[in-house]
Amino acid sequence: MAVESGEPDLQFRDPEKAEQLTDRLEALMDDIGERVTIMHVCGSHEQAIAKYGLRSLLPDGLTIRMGPGCPVCVTDMPEVDEAVALAEEGKIVATYGDMLRVPGTEKSLDDAKADGADVRVVYSASEAAEIAEEEDEEVVFFATGFETTAAPTAAVLTAAPPENFSILSAHKYVPPAMEVVAELPDTDVDGFLAAGHAATITGYGLFEEFVEDYEVPTVVGGFEPIDILFGLAKLLEFIRDDEPGLANAYQRCVSEEGNVPAKETMWDVFETTTGEWRGIAQIPEANLVLREEYSQYDARGRFDIDVDTTSSNPLTEECLCGEIMAGKADPDDCALFGEECTPQDPVGACMVSSEGPCKIWLEYGGQPDI
Amino acid sequence: MSDEQEVITEAHGAGSGQMRELIEELAVSRFESDDAETDVPLAALDDGSVHRLANGGGSVVVTTDSHVVTPLFFRGGDIGRLAVAGTVNDLAMMGATEPTALTCSLIVESGTPVDTVERVMESMRETSEEAGAPITTGDTKVMGSGEIDTLAINTTGVGIVQQGGHVPDAGLSPGDKLIVTGTVGDHGISLLSEREGFDFEGDLQSDVAPVNDLVAAAMDAGKITAMKDPTRGGLATSLNEMASKGGVGLEIDERSIPVSGAVASAGEVLGIEPLNVANEGKVVLGVASEDADAVLEAIRNHPQGADAAIVGEAVDDHVGRVILDTGFGNRYLTEPEGEQLPRIC
Repeated sequence: MAVESGEPDLQFRDPEKAEQLTDRLEALMDDIGERVTIMHVCGSHEQAIAKYGLRSLLPDGLTIRMGPGCPVCVTDMPEVDEAVALAEEGKIVATYGDMLRVPGTEKSLDDAKADGADVRVVYSASEAAEIAEEEDEEVVFFATGFETTAAPTAAVLTAAPPENFSILSAHKYVPPAMEVVAELPDTDVDGFLAAGHAATITGYGLFEEFVEDYEVPTVVGGFEPIDILFGLAKLLEFIRDDEPGLANAYQRCVSEEGNVPAKETMWDVFETTTGEWRGIAQIPEANLVLREEYSQYDARGRFDIDVDTTSSNPLTEECLCGEIMAGKADPDDCALFGEECTPQDPVGACMVSSEGPCKIWLEYGGQPDI
Repeated sequence: MSDEQEVITEAHGAGSGQMRELIEELAVSRFESDDAETDVPLAALDDGSVHRLANGGGSVVVTTDSHVVTPLFFRGGDIGRLAVAGTVNDLAMMGATEPTALTCSLIVESGTPVDTVERVMESMRETSEEAGAPITTGDTKVMGSGEIDTLAINTTGVGIVQQGGHVPDAGLSPGDKLIVTGTVGDHGISLLSEREGFDFEGDLQSDVAPVNDLVAAAMDAGKITAMKDPTRGGLATSLNEMASKGGVGLEIDERSIPVSGAVASAGEVLGIEPLNVANEGKVVLGVASEDADAVLEAIRNHPQGADAAIVGEAVDDHVGRVILDTGFGNRYLTEPEGEQLPRIC
């Protein structure tokens, strides 16, 4: 778009630089001489790739797949059911707007709200705590997201929120999910473009062990078109040199150690446990639950949550969200895509969030044959 | 669930595919007629219908529109200006740039201050004068408190064009250039920001205005083959409709689409594409290739068209689809699905 006034075009949106990087990708692919599959692990990467039409620039043989990088998408159905049950019992449930339409077994929070439940949209955990200060009723924050939202949730709990405040944690921790995907036999990932957002908190050094253990090159990347092309070029260099290396291609935001105070707060409050990622698998040590010291804020301990997971929408069985996030399918491989499953009436969570691969694929026209 | 009764949702009102399907199912299948004197019938789902008068006395263009908006008064306009401009513009999109008459039908919620309605009516008067479109008849209904949100306005417009002189939205041919008459996204992004309570610095405001005079200037300068005002669903929806109805593909250069800095920045913050939201004072025109420069110049010389630009052209490939060159790579420009909501998570 021609922007008439305001900020000048930032250098990471410079088409000339993009062209140079595209040439570089071509040359690297020529050197490599075989097909390469890169997986990104962030919905914002998919957003940028689709929005700027970057797939149409990629050299033949280079494929970018989507990984389990959308926090809304990997929130499991029973977790949504728990939030719905609490809302229906009369608790005020506060959560991020993207979670409202995510289908549970029988209902979404939006459905519960339509039936009279008090469900509030908030922009942050602290906003949910503020609601608890203003209200007499129990306020439960349905806490979703990766490290980027888990750290702020933790900060709220360390700041002694009101007694009528608790959290229903569906927070997830990304690195173990990458390990699972790296081990999936059908996925066949040659390199990971790791999420710059999460790495802002955890630091890129976190991936050293992953790269060592799984021998897959990994580059932390930002979200502007040049960031992504640069990240891909770094990955192809590693692949060409047959070197399972680690690089930080998002230096303006990510350091080796990350945001140390935020990280410390997060681990003071949360510990990892094994849990289900929607449609993908049970992933060891990838769900974040409250430590014993913070158990008074744990909605699961405080309330007797009774969920019925027996009567889900039959279409759910046909949903390919899990395959898509494991890098084994594209959204339009799913028979429900854009027909029975739309942003207004989603079957799978991938069609709900602005970071969901199916929603993005629908919004930006998918893989262009152009 | 499949056994639930189908209901109307807000998505049906968002101006794109779902809404067209509903209209076809509910209205077109029932009201369609084979009147040979109708050049543009209901089934065309154009901005208005066109009916030939006897003895070659020209054709009557009829259009109608209902208006609801929150808030009623917003930066750059109000529901009254929107109601008059919207109908004047629908007439203009058919080529009827000198409206003969408008109607004004009000539905008011009980308890609404008279002063509020008076401000709206005064705005309608001013806008109708600006557009040269007299309001000549109308109706008023009052509903109970809570049965309607403050105020809804229906306006119907009538205009005359020479026989065969109307402009359909289906008239694109390969080679035609596409012109957008000014910055896009101003109305939609401005309203979304105001509704969400974001106070962006800069001059975000609606572009709501009658564009019949601008369109007249464009039509005088060259052959206009197709025309639409990109209201609900934005430029993306209009381009897709023009491609699909015209049986052509469109190739659009995103960098040439005029977008104000304020709208681009606010759109990024809100996570909303300016191309997907409503405009209330802009036009997208298909122009015969040889006339494109002359029409562009005429538009730019008009006070409402200074930012106009040629944004792409119709081609005979990928029929019914719009290809967007982003300046980096190419992608399809699709119609937005449902109501555009700001990013939250």
